[in-house]
Amino acid sequence: MTMKSKRFEALAARPVKKDGFVKEWPEVGLIAMNNPGDPTPSLVVENGCVVELDGKKRADFDMLDTFIANYAIRLEKAQEYMAMDSLEIANMLVDINVPRDVVVDITTSITPAKIVDVLNKMTVLEMMMAQNKMRARLMPSNQCHVTNVKDNMTQIAADAAEAAIRGFDEMETTVGIARYAPFNALAIMVGANTGRPGILTQCAVEEATELDLGMRGYTAYAETISVYGTEPVFMDGDDTPYSKAFLASSYASRGLKMRFTSGSGSEVQMGYAEGKSMLYLEARCLYITKGAGVQGSQNGSVSCIGVPAGVPGGIREVLAENLLAACLDLECASSNDQTFTHSDLRRVARSLMQMVPGTDYICSGYSSVPNYDNMFAGSNWDAEDYDDWNVIQRDLKIDAGLQPITEEALVAARAKGARAMQVIFRELGLPEISDAEVEAATYANGSQDMPDRDVVADLKAAEELLARGVTAVDFIKALDKGGMKDVADAIFKIQLQKVAGDYLHTASKLSPDFECISAVNYPNNYTGVCTGYQISDERWAQIQDIPWAVDPESV
Amino acid sequence: MAINEQMLKSIIEDVLKEMTGAAPAAAPAAAPAAAPAAAAAAAGAVKLTPVGDAAQGVASDEVVIGLAPAFAEFQNVSIIDVPHDKILKEIIAGIEEEGLKARVIKVYRSSDVAVVGHTAAKLSGSGIGIGLQSKGTCLIHQRDLPQLSNLELFSQAPLIDLETYRAIGKNAAKYAKGESPKPVPVRNDQMARPAYQAKAALLHIKETEHVVNGKKAIEQQVSFA
Repeated sequence: MTMKSKRFEALAARPVKKDGFVKEWPEVGLIAMNNPGDPTPSLVVENGCVVELDGKKRADFDMLDTFIANYAIRLEKAQEYMAMDSLEIANMLVDINVPRDVVVDITTSITPAKIVDVLNKMTVLEMMMAQNKMRARLMPSNQCHVTNVKDNMTQIAADAAEAAIRGFDEMETTVGIARYAPFNALAIMVGANTGRPGILTQCAVEEATELDLGMRGYTAYAETISVYGTEPVFMDGDDTPYSKAFLASSYASRGLKMRFTSGSGSEVQMGYAEGKSMLYLEARCLYITKGAGVQGSQNGSVSCIGVPAGVPGGIREVLAENLLAACLDLECASSNDQTFTHSDLRRVARSLMQMVPGTDYICSGYSSVPNYDNMFAGSNWDAEDYDDWNVIQRDLKIDAGLQPITEEALVAARAKGARAMQVIFRELGLPEISDAEVEAATYANGSQDMPDRDVVADLKAAEELLARGVTAVDFIKALDKGGMKDVADAIFKIQLQKVAGDYLHTASKLSPDFECISAVNYPNNYTGVCTGYQISDERWAQIQDIPWAVDPESV
Repeated sequence: MAINEQMLKSIIEDVLKEMTGAAPAAAPAAAPAAAPAAAAAAAGAVKLTPVGDAAQGVASDEVVIGLAPAFAEFQNVSIIDVPHDKILKEIIAGIEEEGLKARVIKVYRSSDVAVVGHTAAKLSGSGIGIGLQSKGTCLIHQRDLPQLSNLELFSQAPLIDLETYRAIGKNAAKYAKGESPKPVPVRNDQMARPAYQAKAALLHIKETEHVVNGKKAIEQQVSFA
């Protein structure tokens, strides 16, 4: 055997070498952007009806084309804007002198292939400039995951309470075992709003169950309503754009915020990419979202991130799809959630694309628990990265939604969140949450620090909870009776949002005193240096105040 | 969809090559049962013989195992090279350990594990079915649940060893008997995606090639060599 390079040996041991990479394969859609197999932009309108879309005649439309042609493109000035050079539109996206609404007028009036052609021309730096301007809401925000491998509801409440004081405005849970859903949904809502009132929570489960939980008041919004870029993948889920639009209407009718989820790589992952680029298929997803009248999208590859990240230019493509959502005037919860790499360098580089310009929700979800407890199969950022995230904000003077906290504040928030669950379980006659369990949740890092519960008894109780028709009203009563009146009040006011409906507007979040903050009353008004969202002195003080920094006066 | 077989093979080989370097560190807990070297030889140890359309079961003491289209036919090992015959054997053994019978069907209309499992559950006399993809992803389903829900889901195929497959069979049988078993402990490895997702995509593309729209599920006679 020939001699081996020690340099290569050292490089082979690096974390990045554990990641999966593949070469492009355009014929099956294993390509991020700039696929020669993507359609050529075109639009022909006759008597107000689209008769040709991106090189396809109406007679040849599949159901996605039909839906997009009928509902997703503003036709008034479409012919004029389609005639513009894609390069000119790309330049307008980057140009600080062209306001957002001028660009949106164009980007909501052109076809999927056209906007892909625009984005294909842009570098990541240009796209970040555009993202800064095109974000719907004035200020960025952040969302987290709150889960654990034991489905322990006391821990969920404690983690959610901590996440609330760390700054997240939206929180999402899911389940290890599907039947735990009611308890997990309850725990994240109560825990989050114990930490800071006005936090929107959701529980990602099967779609009918998710809607049911929302209607009972266990959640305040939904996000995992998935749409796909090709017909066969849609049909694998027994769905069509029309059924998803119907589901969206069901949420709206009950006053529940919702957004669709899509993301590159899902079609090729499911074996039906029809030889198109990931960005083109994601464009179709976002046009379906727009056409369904939905206010926003969770995208940025999301759970299929290993696929774009495995091909050349994949992380550029992820940024492009986030920007595309903003171009369609949608709220964008920009992923930065699921693990895609063993390399700490890669995971930061990937996230800077959204952290620096800011999106409506930079992560959709940051794991507020150690990754071994993350039941979305791990996030790009977890609880043990909190200080790194805070220091990156401090280093760059950016607002990526979080702030440092003290250990005392953490312990107090976690204890109160766990106790709120204990009170509800006691008042509603659910399997006991002991003082020891509350204490464990207060001081825990993850579920390895938690006692085991009687899973069979919990699952039986969770089923009965739904069977006996327990709703948020019962939770509010239980908290009130149990002496936690401020938490009862917060949960009541969350429910009140569904009656008022203001938070159905694009890119909403709630302030601690329940003011709805959205792209309607706080639109992004960036038009150049020192405009748009500016970090206030008060906020900057909060961001920079890491407790372990040395105070010059103390030395 | 037209697939270039040669190209697919070469890409899978490339991926596998990269995986080999990664496997020990990436999935420490994942592969106790994996025997990559023996995999190819062991693959032929199960023979599936189609015996006509899968009938609606009436026996309340059966669990139906639904196999995705390529299982033990066009693919022979899971994503971590656990041979298909061993997987099937363990699941069946788990069911039989509880005194119930296993019936095996092949689902053709979809490669989606939820569809495969739900189809099995609906045809099962007990209403309980197991869905199994060639890459190893597995779930326990019940006929009256929504298709995209489940009783237990094992979504991270790189973490499923033979012991777990046996426990899955056992729990499915317990549900069929009307019991409420303690769910098989869920495993989670946040690095499974970075290490395996691209490979999972390739394997699933290959499974999906064998989907036949509208084709009914076919009952399979199973014989182990």
